[in-house]
Amino acid sequence: MILIKGGLLIDPANNRMGAFDVLCEGTLIKEVAERGRISVPKEAQVVDVAGGWVVPGLVDMHVHLREPGFEWKETIKSGAQAAALGGFAAVCCMANTQPVNDCAEITRFILAKGAEAGGAAVYPLGAVTRGLKGKELAPFLELRQAGCVAFSDDGRGITDALIMRRALEWCRMLDVPLCCHEEDESLTQGGSMNESELSLKLGLRGLPAMAEEAMIARDIELARATCGRVHFCHVSTARSVELIRRAKQDGLKVTAEVTPHHLLLTEDRVADYDTYAKMNPPLRKEKDCAALIAGLRDGTIDAIASDHAPHENDVKEIEFEKAAFGLIGLETSLPLMLNLVREEKLSSMRLIEAMSLGPARIMGLSGYGKLSKGEAANITVIHPQAEWIFDRLSNRSLSFNSPWLGEKMTGRALLVMVRGRIVVQEGKLVGNGVSD
Amino acid sequence: MKHLLGIEGLSRDEFYLLLDNSREMVEISRRDIKKVPALRGKTVINMFFEASTRTRSSFEIAGKRLSADVVNVSATGSSVTKGETLLDTARTLSAMAPDVLVVRHSASGAPAFLARYLPDTAVVNAGDGLHEHPTQALLDCLTLSEHFSARSQGIEGLRLAIVGDVLHSRVARSNIWAHLLLGNEVRLVGPPTFLPPELKEAFGADSSQCRGRLEVYYDLKSGIAGADVVMCLRLQLERQSQHFVPSLEEYSREYGVSEKLLARYAPNCVVLHPGPVNRGIEVSSEVLDGPRSLVSKQVSNGVAVRMAVLFLLATGKDTGETTIA
Repeated sequence: MILIKGGLLIDPANNRMGAFDVLCEGTLIKEVAERGRISVPKEAQVVDVAGGWVVPGLVDMHVHLREPGFEWKETIKSGAQAAALGGFAAVCCMANTQPVNDCAEITRFILAKGAEAGGAAVYPLGAVTRGLKGKELAPFLELRQAGCVAFSDDGRGITDALIMRRALEWCRMLDVPLCCHEEDESLTQGGSMNESELSLKLGLRGLPAMAEEAMIARDIELARATCGRVHFCHVSTARSVELIRRAKQDGLKVTAEVTPHHLLLTEDRVADYDTYAKMNPPLRKEKDCAALIAGLRDGTIDAIASDHAPHENDVKEIEFEKAAFGLIGLETSLPLMLNLVREEKLSSMRLIEAMSLGPARIMGLSGYGKLSKGEAANITVIHPQAEWIFDRLSNRSLSFNSPWLGEKMTGRALLVMVRGRIVVQEGKLVGNGVSD
Repeated sequence: MKHLLGIEGLSRDEFYLLLDNSREMVEISRRDIKKVPALRGKTVINMFFEASTRTRSSFEIAGKRLSADVVNVSATGSSVTKGETLLDTARTLSAMAPDVLVVRHSASGAPAFLARYLPDTAVVNAGDGLHEHPTQALLDCLTLSEHFSARSQGIEGLRLAIVGDVLHSRVARSNIWAHLLLGNEVRLVGPPTFLPPELKEAFGADSSQCRGRLEVYYDLKSGIAGADVVMCLRLQLERQSQHFVPSLEEYSREYGVSEKLLARYAPNCVVLHPGPVNRGIEVSSEVLDGPRSLVSKQVSNGVAVRMAVLFLLATGKDTGETTIA
């Protein structure tokens, strides 16, 4: 038995915030009660987390773990451990590995590697189309039965509307979300940053906002017609937020996520051709950041996800147009999002909801997002004021492509418990990440 | 160490320093013996990762007229074809301690990237992607300053019409910066596919610091009306397949610069073209070979401008401590 005591409990599922202690037994939460009310069993391990926030285990519903195929960028083990250090009890990993996760063998491989990683729990997404080629559907039932929690061709837009329609119809039957990287690729050929006056000045071809918005508009209508569940990955523009807000008002089953970098950074970060700020969707403008924060606040956007995309330096320290898209985010998401709370742009309750209950609901991860008696013991304890430097030394990921590298972070995970097992304690991996 | 990465960000003093030096270099190029020892013992490496005839030979001749040791590296036949990265190639060359690295590259920002990683080598942008081609704007201005030498304001207060594919033109970008710096009226003329609505904002033409004016015209006649200078841009033939223009014929009919049009709407104008020309598409042969055309003067001034740039960067005879853009 483990007693987590002395912390501030923030539990969005029960709309509860206050001084509560949590007692865990085995893989489950045995009791949640006001501070001091739990009589401590003799054999219980007592963890004093005074000053910390006790929250449901955080869930990052959109990461790239690169294994199989790109193990020099990240492995399932290094990614799961980086996730745990970042406060996440679970991550959902995208299918764009090599080979692509479009058959049960790959799904089982990912699950097996995840189970022995000694970090966050790993839940794979299956590909929507075979080889992510956008031509023929992947075997949805086989992938679902093997353990895929959702489907996505992330990294590629699904340009063919018929494929999208059929995929939504299958997802409806399976009651899983179709996670969409919304990009009309005919509008983004050769693009490497937001299309704007800055791209014009820099002489870089653009990834226009309309390429995202037009696809979101299309897929809202397909969701309406098929009753399928569309989840919009890494929404990046003000107009996208408005489209999704209206779709939700219409009662459609659509959901959306946003990344910390789209909330916090603007295209100005690429003004000197900084490839560490090159990502897809690209960084947009101040008005887009403001709209994304408003959407996160009012519930139009359900989840915060990192889109953790590790890359080696060799594909970043090159010409901007040739450089790879993406940045890592597992270890910086939480402190960066705590900044929004400190700046009073977001309540702590809403932040925790968007980083736990929100993504858990979308992905159907029933054991996550709730701190109630009888639920699975997936718990994160956050020290919101802890200061540390995010650098190559502190970084657990195998890659360090981040525009925040070298910067001071405030806030970090003290403790992460996955199904009753402590994987991070005092901000460090238990047993240095060696699994038992 | 200083670089020339673009016209953007140059001060008027820096711009005129380059232009005035170029004028002195013109004089050298007119001599019987076109060689001075100014850069003897200095090394210039021309790294051309993109096909180029005039710019590459122009930089090469410029270096040689100043007695620098000039080495040419092109993408084909170099380690680039063996898969070496740009940075590794540049580091390798930089390790041989050149004084100036002249870079032509198809990727926008490549010279800026090299300048960031090679702080001890002067980097000259000889054209990067769609971004800038600063020596072209300088040679255009030098050519204009010769033509307008009788004007008391020199090349300030001019009305310049840039006609064609501004979107894909580094020549246009560098010239826009140059002429806005000089306080000129810059008119961009072409179909909307080449003139995105963000243009004015991109060049800060709305801001209070901008001395010049930037206007957009979709109609050729009103765009060139009363212009002192008409600059024609090359239309890349592949723009048709990318749907920027319905057909070359239609583009040529609407935006081809002809003598008849110029005689009527801009009777006193001179014509510039950065080359290579698609005769009969963006500009007629009659204009190109006629008395308005300053095209061959542009080419000969190209050598003088590049001599000035190499000289100023290799000898560090600069106005201040700051990088030249």
